[in-house]
Amino acid sequence: MAFRTFNILPNKRYMPLVVTTALFFLLFGIGSIQFEGFGSTRVIANLLTDNAFLMVTAIGMTFVILAGGIDLSVGAVIALTGVICSVLIQHYHWHPLLVFPVVVLLGLIFGAAMGVLIHYYKLQPFIVTLAGMFLARGLATTISEESIAINHKFYSRIAEFGVNLPGNAWVGASTIFVLILLGLAILVAHYTRFGGSIYALGDDAQSAELMGVPIAKTTIGVYAMSSGLAAIAGIVFSFYTFSGYSLAAIGVELDAIAAVVIGGTLLSGGVGYVFGTMIGVMIMGLIQTYISFDGTLNSWWTKIVIGVLLLLFIGLQKFLGSEVLFKRSPS
Amino acid sequence: MHNTSPETEIRAEKSEARLPIFPRRLLWPLVALSLLFLVNLLISPEFFHLEVKDGRLYGSLIDVLNRSVPVAFLTIGMSLIIATGGIDLSVGAVMAIAGAVCANLMVGGVDNLFIVVGGGLCAGLVAGAVNGGLVGYFKIQPIVATLVFMVAGRGIAQLINGGQIVTFQNANFAFIGVGSAFGLPFPVVLLVGVLLCVHLLMRKTALGLFIEAVGCNPKASYYLGINVAVIKFFVYCLAGVLAAMAGIVATADIQGADANNIGLWLELDAILAVVIGGASLLGGRFSLAASIVGVLIIQALSTTIILSGIEPKFNLLIKASVVILVLLLQSERFQTQIKTLFAMCDPRDRHNVGRELDGL
Repeated sequence: MAFRTFNILPNKRYMPLVVTTALFFLLFGIGSIQFEGFGSTRVIANLLTDNAFLMVTAIGMTFVILAGGIDLSVGAVIALTGVICSVLIQHYHWHPLLVFPVVVLLGLIFGAAMGVLIHYYKLQPFIVTLAGMFLARGLATTISEESIAINHKFYSRIAEFGVNLPGNAWVGASTIFVLILLGLAILVAHYTRFGGSIYALGDDAQSAELMGVPIAKTTIGVYAMSSGLAAIAGIVFSFYTFSGYSLAAIGVELDAIAAVVIGGTLLSGGVGYVFGTMIGVMIMGLIQTYISFDGTLNSWWTKIVIGVLLLLFIGLQKFLGSEVLFKRSPS
Repeated sequence: MHNTSPETEIRAEKSEARLPIFPRRLLWPLVALSLLFLVNLLISPEFFHLEVKDGRLYGSLIDVLNRSVPVAFLTIGMSLIIATGGIDLSVGAVMAIAGAVCANLMVGGVDNLFIVVGGGLCAGLVAGAVNGGLVGYFKIQPIVATLVFMVAGRGIAQLINGGQIVTFQNANFAFIGVGSAFGLPFPVVLLVGVLLCVHLLMRKTALGLFIEAVGCNPKASYYLGINVAVIKFFVYCLAGVLAAMAGIVATADIQGADANNIGLWLELDAILAVVIGGASLLGGRFSLAASIVGVLIIQALSTTIILSGIEPKFNLLIKASVVILVLLLQSERFQTQIKTLFAMCDPRDRHNVGRELDGL
């Protein structure tokens, strides 16, 4: 295990993270002052529950983007996972506990295959994962065009499991699971060799290779992880909707990318934190909550506000703009 | 001594410089398109059936052309942007904005077609200028800069539309989408005209060369005296206007502005078309002809799937397989592997194969 010591790096690197967190509290504060019942543990708990699957997806996306890539296939993988889960459980009567490892394994293989195309065949991540998106969505539609409801004792039992918090808040199984996953992701990012390799690869692929970073293993691993996490997100999503549908989770990849950018991660790779992504997801959820509390604003404002936030964070990164924070991708 | 005038010498040099790049780049996309047509010839010969009704051609081929128009407009802009080493994710959303602007101008009582179309094109220009400004002057990664408009653009279009699907009655405007000229659907004529203009602008002035130079090596281009920022700004503006044009055609076609669905995911089709046309996403070169062939391949594929009687649910799966195959064929390593595979089947070469495999 190689330890990464980030505390010796200049504070500038933490700036986007600090701003993101401050913005979250600012938004939360504004909402709490304006609306009764906004500033409660319940709203926070609901933020986590409603965005659990997005959080899982965004964690995977953070790693891919840190490594200097991008993964457009995650939304389609979520849908495909949901469809496979529901078919295996409803039509083939498998036990969910048997289904989950299978779909996660399928996700890992799917991602690894994309990683192979990207690394060994030198194809661009954008285009490969775009093809992956078509493939996963196509497979999902081929398996079932209709939405399949999942009706299993295990599902309802897990969905009912949860812990009551003060303030009429309720923390469900998926929230607890996501928080554990988040902890694991932070550990992987900062306290394992794999995590170090990801940062090195995203920072400068050529230098990383010269330093002996296993480029092939890291690239393939990072895409496998992203698809694996997307498969897990698909499972979490199926607990949320109790169904599998081939047209579910369209555009989730965009939400995930936006959350990663708002969380202060640079799309050029090498700079960013998993924790920031979590705050990014929470901010996006908070905007939606604010708009639903307000009642007079229409849902399209969500998109515009998220767009403005993206612009704000790009501007911030530019403003901080050292060589480290802002570099052109090599051509 | 040969008796050649300087003029012919220059002409010879020019054609020599052009020839090796042009036909070879076009070759593989054209082969793929021909293969698709061949499949159609075998499974449904009616694909090639053309007939004239009311002074306009009808048939599957014309249909493919007509349906390709919005993506083709996007692809022209996208080819140039990708040539500079950039990418534009916002074009689909820009289509929605332009459509919304036109529809609301008409609903608001503006009858002058020039003002309506001009308004739509201006909206595209503004969006393109924002993208271009962010990329060219603020040096922000293209994928992030255009992500802003991709996310916010549809929200803005819905804001303009007031959350409704705005429909309109305007025969002149509808003509842009459903009319016909010279025996062809009007959108196709419009596309050919625009394509010709952009081609002339790129290849008869130094602009095309500058764009490729910027994509090849921005630093070297800068030292050569090329204004890199202006070139980038310009291509994003042009792409914005072209996206608006695509939006106007699509809006006129259905006589309504649907902010949620017009141009949805078309930016991905446009990027795909450029890549199928053989361009690298890293930039440095472009061929409008090859990109347009890429668009036709994507559209012909969809039409082929429908005509061949395969259930539409396999549509995406087939599209994905074709894309992956085309990508692999363009990969040098895959080409080497295929060559090695063929060499292995040849007993005379078995000796060399071992060496080649070691080389991999």
